[in-house]
Amino acid sequence: MSGSAVTELRETAGRQESEPRATVARLASFPGVSTASVVASAAEHAQVTGRTLPVLPALADLLPRRGLRRGSTVAVGGSMSLLLAMLAQATTNGHWAAVVGFPRLGVAAASELGVDVSRLALVPRPGADFVPVTAALLDGLDLVAVAPVERAQDARRLSARARHRGAVLLSFGPWPGAEVELRCVSARWSGLAHGHGYLREREVLVDVVGRGAVARPARSVLLLPGSGGSVHRMGNEGAENTAPSGVVKVG
Amino acid sequence: MSALREQVTPLAGGNPARPANRMLVLWCPDWPVVAAGAAAGLPAHLPAAVFVANRVVACSATARMAGVRRGMRRREAQSRCPEIEVFVDDPDRDARLFEPIAAAVEELVVGVDVVRPGLVAVPVSGAAGYFGGEHRLAELLVDHVSGSVGVECQIGIADGLFAATLAAHRSALVERGASAEFLGPLCIAELDQPGASRAELVDLLRRLGLHTLGSFAALPERDVVSRFGSVGLLAHRLANGRDERPPNRRKPPPELAVTHEFEPALDRVDTAAFLAKTLSTRFHAGLAAQGLACTRLGIYAVTEQGEELSRVWRCAEPLTPEGIADRVRWQFEGWLRTGEGVRPTSGVSLLRLTPEETVEGRSLQLGLWQGGDSGQEHTPEAERAARALVHVQGLLGPDGVFTAVFDGGRGPGERVRLVPWGDRRTPADGHEAPWPGRLPAPSPAIVFESPVPVAVTAADGEVVSSTDRYQLTAAPSKVAVEGGRPRKVVDWAGPWPVLPRWWADGADIRVRLQVLLEGAASGEPAVALLLLWQGGECPRWTVEGRYD
Repeated sequence: MSGSAVTELRETAGRQESEPRATVARLASFPGVSTASVVASAAEHAQVTGRTLPVLPALADLLPRRGLRRGSTVAVGGSMSLLLAMLAQATTNGHWAAVVGFPRLGVAAASELGVDVSRLALVPRPGADFVPVTAALLDGLDLVAVAPVERAQDARRLSARARHRGAVLLSFGPWPGAEVELRCVSARWSGLAHGHGYLREREVLVDVVGRGAVARPARSVLLLPGSGGSVHRMGNEGAENTAPSGVVKVG
Repeated sequence: MSALREQVTPLAGGNPARPANRMLVLWCPDWPVVAAGAAAGLPAHLPAAVFVANRVVACSATARMAGVRRGMRRREAQSRCPEIEVFVDDPDRDARLFEPIAAAVEELVVGVDVVRPGLVAVPVSGAAGYFGGEHRLAELLVDHVSGSVGVECQIGIADGLFAATLAAHRSALVERGASAEFLGPLCIAELDQPGASRAELVDLLRRLGLHTLGSFAALPERDVVSRFGSVGLLAHRLANGRDERPPNRRKPPPELAVTHEFEPALDRVDTAAFLAKTLSTRFHAGLAAQGLACTRLGIYAVTEQGEELSRVWRCAEPLTPEGIADRVRWQFEGWLRTGEGVRPTSGVSLLRLTPEETVEGRSLQLGLWQGGDSGQEHTPEAERAARALVHVQGLLGPDGVFTAVFDGGRGPGERVRLVPWGDRRTPADGHEAPWPGRLPAPSPAIVFESPVPVAVTAADGEVVSSTDRYQLTAAPSKVAVEGGRPRKVVDWAGPWPVLPRWWADGADIRVRLQVLLEGAASGEPAVALLLLWQGGECPRWTVEGRYD
C-alpha cells in the first residue's frame, strides 16, 4: 500500500467535502488503494497474529507495519547499535536471533539496548560456510543478522530462504533487494567535557528508504544510545518534501 | 537362574518377605572435596569445601572438625574455619578423577555399576564366594583401592542398594535379611540422598512426626500410596529395605542399543561431549518410542587399536537425554584425560550405548514449564532454534556457535564470556555486583578481540601517558589508529583508573579514556573510541572498543 496514494486520497477528500464518503469509497475501490485506517488496522492485525516481529516502540514508526515483516530483508547501515536495537524487542518477546560474522560484537552494548542475550546466538566466524550457515539459521530462527555478502546471487538465495521460511534477514550494509533500508546519516555525541563527564548519549539521524509501502523516504531523530544505553525517539524531521540528499531509493 | 526368576516373579507385586539383591557399596567420603583437592594439588589434611550457590555441598574431615557442615553459607564456613580452601563444584572433574577407582574395583570384581562419582555398587554373591566371604572381600577391596589409587574408601554390604549405601556411610556389614532392622532406627533425612531430590518429602514426613525410617516403614503401603503417590511409594520401599523397583524389570530388546562409528577417531573430550548429545537424544527417543526409560546405562567404546572400554552407570531415577549425555561426557573425561599408561593409546572409533536395565517410561515426565534440569527453555521457538544451531555446529564444529554469558569484570570484553552452544550457561558470581572502575552505560557496540595499537599525542607532539597517580601527562590532542593519519580529538573524558589486584606488587598502571575523533572526511560523523593505557615494561595505548 503506497503512502503517497493515501495522501492523495486525503487531498481529494478535502476538495470534495460535499460527498467525502462517496469519494473515499470510490478511491478505495481501486486495486492497490486502501484507506489509512485500513492500513493501520492491518498493521495491528499482523502484529497480533505474529506476521510481523515487534521492534522497540522508538523504532516502530520508522518501519512499515510498525515491525519487521516475516519473510522480509532489511538493510541497516552506519551503526551497529541500530542493528542490535532492531533485535531487542523480538528477543525479549521470546523470539530467537542470531548474529553471523561479527566477531567484534559488543554483547554488553546489546544487552543495554534491550536484547535478551540468552536468546541471541553468535556465530562469529562462519568462514567459507557463510551461506549454508545463514541458510540453516534462517530455517530455525526468527531473526538473522549478517554482514553483507559479495555475490548478488548469494544475497538473492538468502533473501528467498528468509521469505520461504518466514524469518527476517537483517543485513549490516547494503543488500540487493532489501525491502527497507535504514541508515544512520549523522551522529552527535554528548556528555564529554574536556576530561570530565562520559559519553552519555548520541543523537542520530536515521533515513528510511524502501520500496513498495515505504517508497516515501522518511527520516527521524533517535537517541541511539540514549541514557543508560537504551533507545529513545526525538521526533520526525520532514517527510516526503525533504528527501535527504545522497539517499538512493531501493527497488 | 530360571529357578530364581520363577521364585521372584509372582512376588513382584510387593511382598515384603522377598529379599532384595545383596549389594556391596564402595563409598569415597567427601568425594567432591577429595577430587578438587587432588586436581588442585592440595594436601588432604588441610580444610577444604566445595560450594554450590554459596552453600557447602561437601567438606573435608578437618573442615568438619572445625565446625563446617553441609548446607552452611560460605561466610559462616569461613568464619568457623578461616583457612578453609574454597572450591567450586565441577561434576566433570569429579567423574574424571573417579574413573581410576572404578577401574581398580573392576580389577577384583565384575559387574561394577557407578552410581555417581564417589559411589560404586557391586553385586556381592559371586565375588564373596570366590574370595571367601563378605568380610574378606570388603577388606580386599579397601586395601586394593587405597593401595593402587591412594584414596580412602568405606564399604558397606546389605540387601538392596539403598541399605548398602547407608551401610557404607557407617562401614557396616548388614546380615542377610536384616536390612529393615538396620534401617529402622536411622533418621528419616537419610532418604534424601544426593540426586534423589526427596527433600520436600522428608520435610513433610518429619512434620508429620515420622522421625525414623522405621516409623515410616511401619505405615501400610496402601496408605502411603494414597497419600504420597509414587514418590512416597518408592521412599517407602527403600525405608523397608527393599529395592527401588521390583526385580522383574523388562529385558530390553537388543535393537535399542545405539552404536556410532567415528571417522576420524575421537580423541578430544569436547567433540565427544558434542556427539554424545545427539547420540543420547537418539538413544532416548528409541527407548521412549517403546514406552521405556533407562535406569542402567552401559557405555562401551572401542579404540582404533582395538582396546575395549566399558562402564555401566546406574541411576535411581530414569535417565533423561541430558542425564545420558552428562554420563557419556563424564565417562570420556575419565577415559581420555587420565594419566599416561592408563589412558587408551588411541582415539575412540566406536561408541555403543546400551540400556542395561529399563523401566516403564511413564515414570519419566518432563516438568510442565521447564523440561529436565538443563536450564534451557522449552518453547517451540527455542526447540526449533536449538535444532538449527546444532545443525550449524555440525557445519562449523562445536566451537562455531556461542551464546554469551555475563561475567564480572571492568572492561567491555572482560564482562562477557562466550559459551559454546549446548553447554551450561552459568553466569559467574558477582556479575551484577558493582565493579569499581567499570564505565557507565552505554558500552561500546564494537569490541576488538585483539587490541588495536594507537598513538595518542598531545598538542605539542609529545606522547600522552599516565602517571603513577593515574593522571594523564597532557590533554590528548591527536590520535592515530594503527599507524593511520592522525585525527584531531574533538573531545575526551577520563582517565578511569583500572585497579585490578592493586595490592599485588608489580601491577601495571592501567587507565581507560574515552575520545571523540573528527570524522575521516569532512562530512563524516565523529567517531567515539574507548582507549586503554597499559604501563609496565612496554607502555602502549590500544583501542578497546568503538561506540558505534
